[in-house]
Amino acid sequence: MCLGIPGEIVEIDAEGTDLATVDVVGVHRKINIGLLDAGTVRAGDWVLVHVGFAMSRIDEEEAAVTLELLRGLGQAYTDELQALAGSDIS
Amino acid sequence: MRFVDEYRDAETAQMLATRIAALCEPGRHYTFMEVCGGHTHTIYKHGLEDYLPEHVSLVHGPGCPVCVIPMGRVDDAIDIAKRPGVIMTSFGDMMRVPGGTGSFFDAKAASADIRMVYSPLDALKIARQNPDSQVVFMAIGFETTAPSTAMTVLRAAAEKISNFSIFCNHVTIIPAIKAILDSPDLRLDGFIGPGHVSTVIGCRPYEFIARQYGKPLVCAGFEPLDILQSVYMLLKQLAEGRSEVENQYARVVPWDGNPLALDAISRVMRLRPYFEWRGLGFISHSALAVHDDYAAYDAERLFEVPGVRVADPKACQCGEVLKGVLKPWECKVFGTACTPETPIGTCMVSSEGACAAYYNFGRFTRQRVTEAVRA
Repeated sequence: MCLGIPGEIVEIDAEGTDLATVDVVGVHRKINIGLLDAGTVRAGDWVLVHVGFAMSRIDEEEAAVTLELLRGLGQAYTDELQALAGSDIS
Repeated sequence: MRFVDEYRDAETAQMLATRIAALCEPGRHYTFMEVCGGHTHTIYKHGLEDYLPEHVSLVHGPGCPVCVIPMGRVDDAIDIAKRPGVIMTSFGDMMRVPGGTGSFFDAKAASADIRMVYSPLDALKIARQNPDSQVVFMAIGFETTAPSTAMTVLRAAAEKISNFSIFCNHVTIIPAIKAILDSPDLRLDGFIGPGHVSTVIGCRPYEFIARQYGKPLVCAGFEPLDILQSVYMLLKQLAEGRSEVENQYARVVPWDGNPLALDAISRVMRLRPYFEWRGLGFISHSALAVHDDYAAYDAERLFEVPGVRVADPKACQCGEVLKGVLKPWECKVFGTACTPETPIGTCMVSSEGACAAYYNFGRFTRQRVTEAVRA
């Protein structure tokens, strides 16, 4: 839950929806980007995702570090990824 | 993946360990609390205590959202879930947390409609798809998750969805740290600050710890070297006679936090006068309730809940573990009556709980070290 998952913004939905598609280790999911400054988020940005919301922006290198850490966490990461895969926000 | 190597490099860790040892004053014992359960996880997973000199101890704090929910609130949520026409939604972490009359899993087995969700937005979608049901989201967590719940309520209001509400159990980290500082049980020399909570609240709210209590705090990242570096930074402050708030995790944590997230919380939620924390008791202004402006989304107002306070089982010592007074393995039921499969206390339930982290990793690290010493 407090374990953030880094993801790369792939596409930003229409204005007013606050939604974007992120890529998290190959899985594409919708997340909400309403907590980041409007208009500043671009495809290719890396964000830390908590329970379906981008909570902060991170650079790609930081994302790689965190991903590697999370992979190392084993089960906790697998559970979080499965939970994300089961999420269907639209 | 050069950053991974940098943050994992054993040589760097060893170098840090040497520098940490060199900073320790002979004859002095240092106790630092890592507030966040994510840090506890990293410490046990990577056996970081083995890198620290004997006279530096890390104790685990209350920063595990599931662990601090009192049993009475679980019972209240189950009471709501059991009503006809209600769909209760919850993070997976919460499902096995025992209340006085069982867990969400037990209630689900007894035919209550309880569904696991990844995000509060998933719960909102269930509400859209089930207009004839009342969909309740079991909202838990520190400032890391509170903005997401708040944003979901704002979204529900904007879409005029009338069959969605939250059972709000969000808690705030600062009063819990203050309660620990004021507790006579424990003498701490400094804090490893919670990284992801700080992305929301920033570093300023910790300044009273440095100024009024004279204890240093370092906001830390979640890689093994992040934590070792934070211990180094804490010892350096103490050696130089400083007590300040420092940000080791600046690559993610802005000093001022996330203003949009703080704004969402303050629009949708208000501070409760007091709230019960498992093990820590009642703490003033330590939790959030739904603001009057959004009363229509407040499950506490929509459903009358029993609101009965339930004492923790006698055998359970989660309270002492959450305050850092006991190490997980010092609890009487650790690993025997209480395991991740059949938890008695909350610290054994969540992957962020100190007991679960130690049960899953720590004991093996200890075993490895013991064996290595023998060999």
